[in-house]
Amino acid sequence: MELDSLYQEVILDHYKHPQHKGLSPTFTAQVSHVNTSCGDEIILNIILEDGVISSLTWEGQGCSISQASVSMMTDLLTGKTLEESGTITKSFADLMASKGTSAGDPQILEDAVAFAGVSKFPGRVKCSLLGWMAFKDAAIQAQAQ
Amino acid sequence: MTFSPTDVRKDFPIFNRTIRDGKRLVYLDSGATSQKPLSVIEAESNFYEFHNAAVHRGAHQLAEEATDAYEGARAIVATFLGSPGGSDEIIFTKSATESLNLLAYAMGNAPVGNRFALSSKDRIVVTEMEHHANLIPWQQLSARTGAELSWFKVTPDSRLDLNSIDEVITANTKVVSITHQSNVLGTINPLAAIVKRAHEVGAIVILDACQSVPHMRIDVKALGVDFLAFSGHKALGPTGIGVLWGHMNLLDELPPFLFGGSMIETVTMTSATWAPVPQKFEAGVPNMAQAVGLGAALDYLSGLGMDEVHAHEVELTGYLLDKMKTIPGIRIVGPTNTLLRGGTVSFTIDDIHPHDVGQYLDSQGIAVRTGHHCAWPLAKCMLVPATTRASLYVYNDEVDCDALVDAILGAQKYFGRF
Ligand SMILES: Cc1ncc(COP(=O)(O)O)c(C=O)c1O
Repeated sequence: MELDSLYQEVILDHYKHPQHKGLSPTFTAQVSHVNTSCGDEIILNIILEDGVISSLTWEGQGCSISQASVSMMTDLLTGKTLEESGTITKSFADLMASKGTSAGDPQILEDAVAFAGVSKFPGRVKCSLLGWMAFKDAAIQAQAQ
Repeated sequence: MTFSPTDVRKDFPIFNRTIRDGKRLVYLDSGATSQKPLSVIEAESNFYEFHNAAVHRGAHQLAEEATDAYEGARAIVATFLGSPGGSDEIIFTKSATESLNLLAYAMGNAPVGNRFALSSKDRIVVTEMEHHANLIPWQQLSARTGAELSWFKVTPDSRLDLNSIDEVITANTKVVSITHQSNVLGTINPLAAIVKRAHEVGAIVILDACQSVPHMRIDVKALGVDFLAFSGHKALGPTGIGVLWGHMNLLDELPPFLFGGSMIETVTMTSATWAPVPQKFEAGVPNMAQAVGLGAALDYLSGLGMDEVHAHEVELTGYLLDKMKTIPGIRIVGPTNTLLRGGTVSFTIDDIHPHDVGQYLDSQGIAVRTGHHCAWPLAKCMLVPATTRASLYVYNDEVDCDALVDAILGAQKYFGRF
């Protein structure tokens, strides 16, 4: 079923068991983003130490795609340098813009290549990018600190 | 003649197509926009094919025919709404959103001494269940003029809380703008007490009739309101055409909103005077083919009979609600019986996010809307960030309702597998 390419098991698994959920008590920067068309919300805390993302925690509510995407993103980016995070973020954005023509680079994106199927559903691309947009914003703010 | 949605469907070409690999189209999103019968599609294209010209201008046969068609549509709307002042009280806009903004901006243009002029001494009243189109224009007018914005709250059983009517509609209230039927809850608001209280204190009553004009017989005189707005595209008509109705004496005093061609009487380099209503409010070349299409849509609805349309929807809503109530884990966000309620049914199931529910329904050929439905404050007050919404109309039948219920059960299974 076409639907199964959207709802990959690993996506639903992150949705049911979100990683890094629950905000850290301290942070270098905190951002909150909403998806105005559906009301999905996320708050993201970043702790930056010597150019390394030592902690990325979040709170939020929304559909399986938006929540699983944040969960996987925080998994992927924690412990990475800002420079590495830039490569990963770009790779994910390219995948989501691919309209189903790309399988994604598992070396860079690991489990997040499961979102390749989402890129075929134009209505859901925005959901999958919510957390990543928040991260971009948070990284800029953290660097400015 | 008994009402037959099966026969109605035959008039709508879109039902000849299938969805998602050959599935029957179950269209349950008429609250967002309705499908169009062939007569409407043809009326719009015939205008372009045979009569196209700028109305109220050109000294030629086409201009005459175009004007006749456009003004004919205005007359149809006037009859449909029971306009006491006839066609002259009907203003064509591009949408209900524009109609409501027209009122808010025009009031903002009112000079001191004009009955519509607002200051910090005045109050504007809305409700917590407004669509953003009938909230933000007033919220922003309040910010511009200093007038206080106040609102009726919504009770846990999805009704307006009218207990505090005298504290909400105070002596200094000038505008009361409310929705006739909620686009989320389906609640039909009782108007008599609100209209009575508003008029007692000298306020005008504006009705957002987007979700009622398409679905029930409307008689503006019987409703007692002063202005009414609706969109053509939710009433089987084209997009790009909306209506504002108002009492002539009020429209006369209301300043214009959009300025330009066709709305003037005399012009010098430094001043202008206004054409009579309705031209005063129709600056520029209007959406002519769309107005003609709306006329055809209202003719089609009149052919079905608005009482029959309403009875069909109430009956079908009852059928759907009864079936939905048997689904474990469902919460209907809105009245759970058909008393003062239209065919808009919002719901949540278990903790499956509405966007995911909608995606599953779509895979079964079922079109619904998900989200906060442009009524964010209402969603917050009902304690649901988002809902799935099925909205019924003339072409829907029990087969559609059964398909929805089966697919909801399917979604529970699909997302429950983890
Ligand atoms: C109750 C209500 N008011 C206003 C509107 C705005 O209508 P439009 O977008 O056609 O201007 C809608 C449309 O969703 C509505 O449901």
